[in-house]
Amino acid sequence: MEKIYDTIIIGGGPGGLSAAIYAARSKMRTLVIEQKRKTGGQAATTSEMENYPGFPSASGPEIMDKFKEHCDKFGVEFTKGKVEKVELEDDGFLKRIITKDQTFVSKTVIIGTGAEPRVLGIRGENTFRGRGVSYCATCDADFFEDLDIVVVGNGNTAVEEAIYLTKFVNKVTMIVIHDQGVMDADKVAQEQAMENEKIEFIWNSTVSEIGGEDMVDHVMIKNVKTGHAEKFACDGVFMFVGTVPRSSFVEGLVELSPQKYIKVNERMETNVPGIFACGDVTDKFLRQVVTAAGDGAVAAVVAEKYIEEEENWNKKVKNSVDPVLVAFWSPIDSVSMDAMSELEKMHSVQASTKLVKIDAYKNQRIASKYGVSNIPTILRIENGQVKNIVTSNNMNDLKKII
Amino acid sequence: MIELTKDNFEAEVLQCTDKAVFVDFWSDGCEVCLELMPGVHELEAKYSDKIKFASLNIKGARRLAISQKVMGLPAMIIYSQGQVMGRITPDEIDESIDNVESFIESIYKNL
Repeated sequence: MEKIYDTIIIGGGPGGLSAAIYAARSKMRTLVIEQKRKTGGQAATTSEMENYPGFPSASGPEIMDKFKEHCDKFGVEFTKGKVEKVELEDDGFLKRIITKDQTFVSKTVIIGTGAEPRVLGIRGENTFRGRGVSYCATCDADFFEDLDIVVVGNGNTAVEEAIYLTKFVNKVTMIVIHDQGVMDADKVAQEQAMENEKIEFIWNSTVSEIGGEDMVDHVMIKNVKTGHAEKFACDGVFMFVGTVPRSSFVEGLVELSPQKYIKVNERMETNVPGIFACGDVTDKFLRQVVTAAGDGAVAAVVAEKYIEEEENWNKKVKNSVDPVLVAFWSPIDSVSMDAMSELEKMHSVQASTKLVKIDAYKNQRIASKYGVSNIPTILRIENGQVKNIVTSNNMNDLKKII
Repeated sequence: MIELTKDNFEAEVLQCTDKAVFVDFWSDGCEVCLELMPGVHELEAKYSDKIKFASLNIKGARRLAISQKVMGLPAMIIYSQGQVMGRITPDEIDESIDNVESFIESIYKNL
């Protein structure tokens, strides 16, 4: 019999590793599938990280090594591979996670595949990749010592990387699409950039083309107001124009936003029961290591609850030989509590059925799966099928279904 | 794996006539390069009969790297008889050692 995991986490970035720590600590059998040799995601290639709470001066790789160490402490399993597809078994409970050479089976899946730098798709961008066009400041800064570069973008990443690059280059020109003085980056970052003598700005503009002979020697800068384009000499172009989520392998399975981010609710649930997502791949407001880690924790805890609910339901209700009375109630609803004690009294005299009480608030997914919107509601289930329904409106019918 | 510098590059790479030479351009700041490196060592074991493996830390040798039309990491070039047989750029490597191996293989089979 193949090994069944409680949870398989796709992607070993901050979100995935945080989920793994929470899952493994609560004794779930946990596997992380990471595409790369080293875990840590984008944070593992970000040298400057000033805002992960509790680590005022550690680098991204250092913090991510700590995450990994923490996973090892609780016995998280790791494997290297690229997930190509996730499939549901017929019962919907077990999920198959398929990589190029292996298939894994798990009760839950947590997707934390993150995002990658966006390629703008302008002329020359691809041609000059590695010959002046870069998406990684820490990787390539050394090449541009004392040279002139252009930074495209104006979000936090663009501004922070531009500041980092000033330690190496002669001059940075930031090409900003917005009006003068307007940037997407936060105020602190903006001020740092404005005060930096090596950084200049060209407003209301985009780069429409990158050109050169063997190496980049110019860009075309287009004013978005006038439409006028002008040649601008430079030795390199750093592109920081946002990121795109790595979600194509689950397209068609889980719901995505128009920008292809995975849609999740506040419990990190996708629209498919038992499949969760966390971190940069989700449709969210703030993409940071700390928020990804928070998402991961939520996803793992909800995943554990999901398994508990499903297994409890399958064991006590779906696979029961005897007819089962399932009573949805809540200890904070007095009407439903009264109905429960009434039901228990009646049930104790007539015992050919099993009685299962379900807290409707704590088990909302099961409640909604069976269309339970009011409590109390009592279902009579035989061989996994609902035979009768008694709701608060027709409590007098209770006797009949017992 | 031979460690290249701007002083021995000419002799070890461009003047090398007995084998093709694979050069891995890297730097300490390039996490992807560091991640790929153990994999490159494994590939050396596999292809070393026809290819000599070498690496160049671009720190202190950036002009040399730029002269080889490398201005972004990770980057790898295979030379033969002083000529560039092929190169693989960051987007083609795409952080995957498998892509590096296919690149080496495509040149190795014609050596």
